[in-house]
Amino acid sequence: MGRVIIYNIIRFIALIAMQVVLFKNIGYYNLATPFPYILFIFLLPISTPNFILYVIAFLTGLTVDAFYDSLGVHAAACVALVWFRTFFCNITLDVDAQNSFETPSLGIMGNKWFFSYISIGTLIHHLVLLHVEYFSFTNYLSTLFSILLSSIFTILLIMLMSLLFYKRKSRLLGN
Amino acid sequence: MKNLWLFLVRYNAFFWFVLFFTVAIILVVQNNRYQRSSFINSSNVVVGSFYDKLNSWKSYLALDETNKNLAQENALLRQQLQGYILKDTLDSIQLVDSIEANRYHFIMGEVVNNSIHQKSNFVTINKGSQDGIQKGLGVITSNGVVGIVLNVSPHFSTIQSLLHPDTRISVTLDTSNVFGSLVWGNNVDPRFAMVKDIPNHVKVQKGQKVYTSGFSLFPKGIEIGSVEETGIQSGESFLDVRIKLRTNFSNINHVYVVKDLLEDEKNKLEEQTADNNG
Repeated sequence: MGRVIIYNIIRFIALIAMQVVLFKNIGYYNLATPFPYILFIFLLPISTPNFILYVIAFLTGLTVDAFYDSLGVHAAACVALVWFRTFFCNITLDVDAQNSFETPSLGIMGNKWFFSYISIGTLIHHLVLLHVEYFSFTNYLSTLFSILLSSIFTILLIMLMSLLFYKRKSRLLGN
Repeated sequence: MKNLWLFLVRYNAFFWFVLFFTVAIILVVQNNRYQRSSFINSSNVVVGSFYDKLNSWKSYLALDETNKNLAQENALLRQQLQGYILKDTLDSIQLVDSIEANRYHFIMGEVVNNSIHQKSNFVTINKGSQDGIQKGLGVITSNGVVGIVLNVSPHFSTIQSLLHPDTRISVTLDTSNVFGSLVWGNNVDPRFAMVKDIPNHVKVQKGQKVYTSGFSLFPKGIEIGSVEETGIQSGESFLDVRIKLRTNFSNINHVYVVKDLLEDEKNKLEEQTADNNG
């Protein structure tokens, strides 16, 4: 358990650093901007209590906001992401899996589960993020387009990172 | 009580979500200038487009009046045109200043909101910064002046109408070429206004026409109205004149925003002169 916490702290620092140093400067015009730091929230241990999850996500969002000068925007999006996460885990995992302190990584959860987890979560995060950021319904099509492109960009990056650190372990799910 | 507690525990994820999300949104709206302004402004977009819609219906009711005005304006223009065509070129050679001809640019706008009963009256039109309207431009109708552009948004602009205590427009009397400034004054009647600061020695007659002077914002020679009452003493050496406005403020539909293309040049030159003198 101690080891998992240390892993998470390292992951937090590495992902935030990458986000603000590297990915902040990468983008396809203003249409697609990747936010792969949310992988940290995705990979928090499954049985983390809800309240702790929300606090961690809120603080993560605030940290990124501090670097992006957009107080509250990322915090709101991360909180929405956590809500999706608890919902998704509730309906896809059985009670045993929900109570294990495992990291829901690609190696443990399997391709299908992990991919749908990441892609829907990213979509929701970006949906909330860009809506709060633009804060208006003028030019709504371009907002939606931007959400879609950014999500694809982020999902690609997250899958790439997951494959990079892929370690096949005993599966929690049957497949 | 126990059931309520169970309910809260069962759906705790959702309640935490609502709580944290609200905190985040409050942070966003309080701390980011853009969101704060658009939080207040989004209502204005709603209000603006509502007026726009309302006006698109109301404009049908005034169609008769509008048609009449347009026909009148057409007739006037035709008459003026006739004057140019019939000018005897042998008699005198007229030099046409090609810069002067293109000096003013007119942008047509439709009135979506208008007030005449306030102490400070404003007009909103359906053209904004996207159509090239800027703060401080003059606004006229086919028969008189309306006011000065006060604020612009991408699709709408508000005009500080002549019926506003801060509006001053430079005008001239037709025969004497003396200048005064047109203000609404202490009026409560949207049909009348005051011309202030006319020198005492000038004889002003009832019914005399008042035109724009061309010193600021508006092109020269737009008829504003006619003198209704003279001889109101305002100071030692100045007269005030009460005039009847030609613009019917209770019924303006189409306005023209006047863009002076040489405004910058003129201002720069005047600034320079001021600098040299000071």
